[in-house]
Amino acid sequence: MRGSLFRKNLVTALLLAPAAAWLVVFLVLPFVAIAIFSVGERAPEGGYQAALTLAQYANLPARATAFWNTMVLAPVGALGCLLVAYPVAYYLALRAPQRWRLILLALIVIPFWTSLLMRTYAWMYILGGRGIPALLAYVGIEDLRLINTPGAVLLGIVYGYLPLMILPIYVSLERLDRRLLEASADLGATPLSTFLGVTLRLSLPGVMTGFSLVMILLLGEYLIPTLLGGGKVFFIGNALVDLFLQSRNWPFGSAIAITLVLVSVVVLIVANRISTRLSGARRVDLI
Amino acid sequence: MPKSHRDGLPISPDKFVDQLMRLKRGSISRRDFLGLTGLGVATAVMARELGIMPTPAFAAESLGDRMSIATWPNYHDPQTFENFKAETGVAVEVNVFGSNEEMLAKLQAGGSGWSLFVPTNYTISTYKKLGIIEPLDMAKLGNFDGKSEDARFTAEGTIDATTYAVPKNWGTTGFAVNTKKLTKPMSSWKEFWDTAMAEGDGRTMVHDYQLTTIGNALKYYGYSFNSLKQDELAKAEELLLKVKPHLFAVSSDYQPGMRAGDAWMTMCWTNDGAQLHRDIPEIAYVLGKEGGEIWTDFYAIPKDAPNKPAGYALLNYLMNPKVAVKEHLANGAPSIDARVNALLPKEVLDNPILYPAADLLKPLEFGAAATLTDPGRAELMARFKSA
Repeated sequence: MRGSLFRKNLVTALLLAPAAAWLVVFLVLPFVAIAIFSVGERAPEGGYQAALTLAQYANLPARATAFWNTMVLAPVGALGCLLVAYPVAYYLALRAPQRWRLILLALIVIPFWTSLLMRTYAWMYILGGRGIPALLAYVGIEDLRLINTPGAVLLGIVYGYLPLMILPIYVSLERLDRRLLEASADLGATPLSTFLGVTLRLSLPGVMTGFSLVMILLLGEYLIPTLLGGGKVFFIGNALVDLFLQSRNWPFGSAIAITLVLVSVVVLIVANRISTRLSGARRVDLI
Repeated sequence: MPKSHRDGLPISPDKFVDQLMRLKRGSISRRDFLGLTGLGVATAVMARELGIMPTPAFAAESLGDRMSIATWPNYHDPQTFENFKAETGVAVEVNVFGSNEEMLAKLQAGGSGWSLFVPTNYTISTYKKLGIIEPLDMAKLGNFDGKSEDARFTAEGTIDATTYAVPKNWGTTGFAVNTKKLTKPMSSWKEFWDTAMAEGDGRTMVHDYQLTTIGNALKYYGYSFNSLKQDELAKAEELLLKVKPHLFAVSSDYQPGMRAGDAWMTMCWTNDGAQLHRDIPEIAYVLGKEGGEIWTDFYAIPKDAPNKPAGYALLNYLMNPKVAVKEHLANGAPSIDARVNALLPKEVLDNPILYPAADLLKPLEFGAAATLTDPGRAELMARFKSA
């Protein structure tokens, strides 16, 4: 009895060992290193110098604008993604013919195989002076500037993160029990109130998953604002890149990184709470 | 074993099935196994890297088959590396950087993997202080001739009579203007900043580099490019914050914007100015008459270079005037080596972008090491970028 329990535990431990080792080496240890850096000082020539001080954290207000910009970009970008993604997911899950569904899903996922950098660089040329503005010049709209505008950044974000929003919403809509829709219609609800009262409500967990996924990634985003925004709008990701690669103030960069991780955790917890409340309170099963 | 021409070719389906069946029967030679799994190559590499199998003595100077160089965008003739590979068998991987700080950060962090890199004059003393660059073994650089180099540009490569870096080319930091879009002739940094807020509104780029962006803002008031004085930097910051909303971009990758016509004016290094003007004649290169920056880019070898023999070999190759002349023709930066100048066509030597008039060169300053590493300037730049 005891032997078999021990063996069971051993098997579990062995099965978990690779993942645990991976997490310790590539997540926990770097995090500890960053935590240690964050209470250190910048060496005279840049880099890290051992110390025990909270000065880096006290200096956080020096990047307040970057934090603020990020706190605006992340929800706005996620909302933009949501507005585009929901109709697509709805069509895929409830309207698209069965035999097309897989192909359409594949078409959404395939661009994801190309690196985000490449796809964003492509947008640089599409929005740049030899792209869309050059076409518009043919019809008499001259000197229009699309690149390096907030609109370009939003476009890049929505484009880049769209699949991450579509897929969870698609999954939640796909599992939707169609009989609920029929029941709603039988009971005299209009299509609109069926959508609002049944479809939308039941897909909210998927929406929250997609929203928090995109939002967490956007909290660290720096590539799209740099390439499509001309580096004029400064996000916390940009601040981190500059602190590590330009001014080489590793301790201050580490303090910001730790703060960013904490903010991300808070966002995740809040999203999780909302998600469980929405799905838990309103679960309706016919059987 | 005789080497067949089929060695190294992908295995054919028939042969693969054949091998597989033999495998199933349990008959497989060690060579087959290693060949099939690719472990043979891996073991050979590992053995050499880890020193498991002794390498013959002559291999001490073996160049290997690959190396990596860190340099600047649009800075070399790609053919140079192709030719080097044809001559030595060493493939060169080119890493491109946006700023000296970025290079410094990578080297400081360790394990950059570069066997040669291209630092600018003001960084070399810092690299030496941090002990991360190699004192050069001049015996391995037979093609280098110190006497033919213009001493004005080479001084910072040598510290306490030890040479840590040899020069690649020099240049200036001015600005490029699309004269079709901005027709008013300009000749100063004051005009650059004022135009950025007027006719050049939404069409002007500044470097994503504190050294030049702050330095050239300081020039608006006639202060030193390298100033670290609080009150002078405060004035520069005031100007930068005022200009910020009018800018097209804060980026050191300004060629695409200028070429596409999205940007009409940008802070610009000599070689980019020469390339832009060569391809789009209406783009002019202007040096501010108040002064600004003059610089030299060097070649140096990191202390932790994984392939020092190849690093030296490529450096020596690049010091050959016949090779260097092609580099200068491609990247458009002026040469320091009299032997190279003798080979350059007359129209290059007469190009005022590359070789500006003496009165324009006189007020220019070399960037200082303290300017680059100053934390105050770094924070100023962060405030400018986040404004």
